[in-house]
Amino acid sequence: MTAKIGYDEVEVGVELPAQTFPVTRATLVQYAGASGDFNPIHWNEKFAKEVGLPDVIAHGMFTMAEAIRVVTDWTGDPAAVVEYGVRFTKPVVVPNDDQGATIEVSGKVAAKLDDNKVRVDLTVKSAGQKVLGMSRAVVQLG
Amino acid sequence: MALDQSFVGRSYPPTDPYEVGREKIREFAEAVGDTNPAYLDPEAAKALGHSDVIAPPTFVFAISFKAAGQVIADPQLGLDYSRVVHGDQKFAYTRPVRAGDRLTVTSTIEAIKSMAGNEIVDIRGEVHDEAGEHVVTAWTKLVARGADSEEGEA
Repeated sequence: MTAKIGYDEVEVGVELPAQTFPVTRATLVQYAGASGDFNPIHWNEKFAKEVGLPDVIAHGMFTMAEAIRVVTDWTGDPAAVVEYGVRFTKPVVVPNDDQGATIEVSGKVAAKLDDNKVRVDLTVKSAGQKVLGMSRAVVQLG
Repeated sequence: MALDQSFVGRSYPPTDPYEVGREKIREFAEAVGDTNPAYLDPEAAKALGHSDVIAPPTFVFAISFKAAGQVIADPQLGLDYSRVVHGDQKFAYTRPVRAGDRLTVTSTIEAIKSMAGNEIVDIRGEVHDEAGEHVVTAWTKLVARGADSEEGEA
């Protein structure tokens, strides 16, 4: 593990570069295939509405995968992530148009831990609403 | 109907090995739009100290969740999967998953709770490699929504 960020270089409150990730229906179909999660709420509008959702929604695990990119792009080596957890609080609704939805992710160093580790807290939003709660990673720095 | 508390602590037999392939990692990385060379280029991964390409942090969920299917489908537990949404997910890594790994998962029911008409089941999946070394632990919280509840997401 060779994170390009040194523990001594960061302080509590340091912000990681924020990123915005687009998600369209095509993205969800591709993710379904890659992940093996073919739940129709992620691609079938009729089914999604029948079970009470406003429209097709993104896989929670897709959103989780995008959010951690703010951390792995920061460290360079993804293996620096030693713990990662989220709570799925709101769905990312993905309309059937060219725009789709966007997932906005920001992160900051919330605590410096022992053994050159830090805790990064992520804020993950779509359409102005938080979609993940308690989104935290423990990151091994150099 | 409340789920049987006596299932707390129950472990299920380890799954058959899942062999992690370079191209499956590439497929997953492309699906999440992540071009980190550690996922795609064995030489770049080696430069970071890994013996082969590694998988993105959440890649292992496909393996651990399939294993959790033993719990979900256990007729004795009686979880109504048609009402289940994914509440929380957490991973703790000893090392990243990498191409060539042959991974087995042992699932254990950590907790069963009833809250606000919902049934909540916490499943821990311990993921080990072929040598029996720990790779990652995946905790999955499943919420079976009560008839009146509108909360949650899959």
